[in-house]
Amino acid sequence: MNLDFTETQEILKKTAREFMARYYPKSLVRELEEDAIGFRSDIWKEMAKLGWLGWIIPEEYDGVGGSFMDTVVLFEEMGRACFLLPFFSTVICTLPLVTAGSEEQKKEFLPGIASGETIFSLALTEPSATYDAAGINTRAVVQGNEYLINGTKLFIHDAQVAHYFLCAARTKTNESRPEDGITLFIVDAKIPGIKITPLHTIADDKQCEVIFENVKVAEKYVVGQLHQGFPIIEKLLEYAAMAKCAEMMGGADWVVENCTSYATERVQYGKPIGSYGIIQNYLAEMWAEIGIAKRFTYYAAWLLNEGLPCSKEVAMAKSWAGDVYRRWTRMGVQIFGGIGTTREHDMGLYYRRGRQAPLLFGDPDSLREKVAQEMGL
Amino acid sequence: MDFRLTAEQESLKREFEEFFAREESRAPEGWSGGLFAIFESDENWAYHRSVAERLAEKGWLSLPWPKEYGGKEHSYIEQLIFNEVKAYHRVPGVDMWGPQIVAPSILEHGSEELKKKWLPRIARGEINWCQGWSEPNAGSDLASLTTKAVEDGDDFVINGQKIWTTGAHRADHIFFLARTDQNAPKHRGITYFVSEIDKPGITIRPLLYMHKKREYNEVFFDNFRVPKKNVVGQVNQGWYVTMAGINFERSMIGTVAELKRGLEELVEFCKKTVHHGRPLGEATLVRQKLAQMAIELEATKQWAYYVSWLQSKGQNVPAESSAAKWFSSELTVRFANIAIEIMGLYGTLKEGSKWARLQGRYEDLCQASLGITIAGGTTETMKNIIAWMGLKLPR
Ligand SMILES: Cc1cc2nc3c(=O)[nH]c(=O)nc-3n(C[C@H](O)[C@H](O)[C@H](O)COP(=O)(O)OP(=O)(O)OC[C@H]3O[C@@H](n4cnc5c(N)ncnc54)[C@H](O)[C@@H]3O)c2cc1C
Repeated sequence: MNLDFTETQEILKKTAREFMARYYPKSLVRELEEDAIGFRSDIWKEMAKLGWLGWIIPEEYDGVGGSFMDTVVLFEEMGRACFLLPFFSTVICTLPLVTAGSEEQKKEFLPGIASGETIFSLALTEPSATYDAAGINTRAVVQGNEYLINGTKLFIHDAQVAHYFLCAARTKTNESRPEDGITLFIVDAKIPGIKITPLHTIADDKQCEVIFENVKVAEKYVVGQLHQGFPIIEKLLEYAAMAKCAEMMGGADWVVENCTSYATERVQYGKPIGSYGIIQNYLAEMWAEIGIAKRFTYYAAWLLNEGLPCSKEVAMAKSWAGDVYRRWTRMGVQIFGGIGTTREHDMGLYYRRGRQAPLLFGDPDSLREKVAQEMGL
Repeated sequence: MDFRLTAEQESLKREFEEFFAREESRAPEGWSGGLFAIFESDENWAYHRSVAERLAEKGWLSLPWPKEYGGKEHSYIEQLIFNEVKAYHRVPGVDMWGPQIVAPSILEHGSEELKKKWLPRIARGEINWCQGWSEPNAGSDLASLTTKAVEDGDDFVINGQKIWTTGAHRADHIFFLARTDQNAPKHRGITYFVSEIDKPGITIRPLLYMHKKREYNEVFFDNFRVPKKNVVGQVNQGWYVTMAGINFERSMIGTVAELKRGLEELVEFCKKTVHHGRPLGEATLVRQKLAQMAIELEATKQWAYYVSWLQSKGQNVPAESSAAKWFSSELTVRFANIAIEIMGLYGTLKEGSKWARLQGRYEDLCQASLGITIAGGTTETMKNIIAWMGLKLPR
């Protein structure tokens, strides 16, 4: 057993912390929140130089050949910095390309991702707003050696800057088994028939509605087997859940540290508020619950990284981390008092993300239901 | 990060599993496990003692000690595995106080003579201990204790009262704290003693727990004599000896493992029990509650491993281990209450009734678990430690 970060991970953590401090101050977070596109190519290029965009891409496709566990460290630091650029979107689409993509697809797309030229976005969820197979009703119909895609995708992250979509569409209808007949396509975001409309969310992140109207995709852009896309999506969702957990836990670290230091400095009734029992109680609970959730996240992410069975643990970790993040981003505002409720104060950035992140890639209630099923109930 | 156990640890774990599965099958009728079940009846006590003998034969009562005192020099992680497997099987046999509190104190602070005299007897499981720390007016603020120890020739003469002394009625030995300097600041005038119990000058009176079982006691010292050579560490330095010795299962893996077993049984119960024409386990609310318990348990388990990992690297982690204590004990209370809620009225029946469910375990645990969030430091004290020592908040 060794529960420490590896040396590589320690270095990544340090580099990422410094990177965010230098390139990604909170003033920029606010600026990008207000901006419709919310992208900065100069920062993106710096990230590519550090190898982050190609971290999990094998070396033969110009990547670093690192592990998913390493990126957990990056996601943590990004969560801590309230990072908005499409790193999450791109990495989440890269994973299935690496594991299920054809040789031709890998050669065509992976080097571009690693160099920062290509941005991917996952076009999965639809107006049903669920992550299950029954929610996928966008249709892809074969026409010669092409497919014609029609349907509406909703809550699509970073679609406004994406060069490609990894799009899930139904190629076959099977009433009793909705997971049968779903296919994954790589879709060029610039081809005619795609309409992208921004959504405005509580976290001011960049999400869109994406409508596909008779969008043509060549057969060679099917990822994996025809009709067999759903198992790939299920795996992808596990990676996404763990990456989201890591982001939340990075944000949670910020909350603990900043609430603790504020409680030490802020004086009321002649004493620091952190000397009052009830505030100490909040902070001790916050520290412990977040610490526990973080260790759990590492455990589940490690299982996933090692290719060990982990559906239950991933669902557990995301459910728990989501609940904990919700609770303590709310109490964080309470500890800061009035100042915490302002647009200027950073606590609000985390509070707003704390309303959203627990719902992404599995909300605590539906993940508990999944755990119940895994327990044989 | 690597959560795998080494090959040796895996094989040790299998050895533990086989051993405790066998010992579990020898449990007397009605045995329910848990922290204090050993004190309940002569039969339970005999079971505890017989497992202790077998553990001693294997050298498993002294896993982490140095070889020269009968130990096996195993790491924290191996001790953790032992505690986990043992608790999962609900097998007794380890005196909570002997190997885990007194022995480490003697190892770290005792004279060579004390070590030679007491450690082998603890490793052989020959003696049973109780812990005389708390007093009626010294609980969370333990250092304010007033039991007095006065020098008289080769002895100290003890007068005063202890309370909540778990298992004093079954133990043959006691370790306790008494004040040897009335004028020193309160932490600096306390001495740590070990002693036989079956001597004149000591009276043990039962104090029944709310479920009517006899677990703890009141202990009265009336000119009770203890030889000076029975002082652990230096006179007046007992507080510091105490602090070093509170090593008792800091990770709380035992609590977690017991709950895990309980949850598995509760899940089976919910699958089999039909209410309103369908299995309990099909009701959304029941599923949510059980899943939440499973999640919190797994989270606590990972934390327990983490605490042990830090300790195995020689780190002193008061905040982390306090979080483990607080969280696991409060989780036990939540679990017991949820179990009763799910079982409904049947869950409220005591063991022994033909209508009781799951041997009445949760009727009992609903009460017994309340002691866990108090004994060994209250939840509030654990949070204070986190706030003061972990987060360095002002006092
Ligand atoms: C089942 C059981 C078994 C036990 N076994 C033993 C044993 O074998 N040997 C032994 O020596 N002792 C034993 N104890 C005693 C135990 O250690 C004490 O009960 C415990 O330390 C609390 O002390 P108290 O009961 O005096 O409560 P108090 O200290 O009076 O506490 C009362 C309440 O005030 C809170 N409180 C106190 N101080 C603070 C503070 N500074 N900040 C915030 N809140 C505070 C407490 O958390 C609690 O909620 C046992 C207790 C129980 C319940």
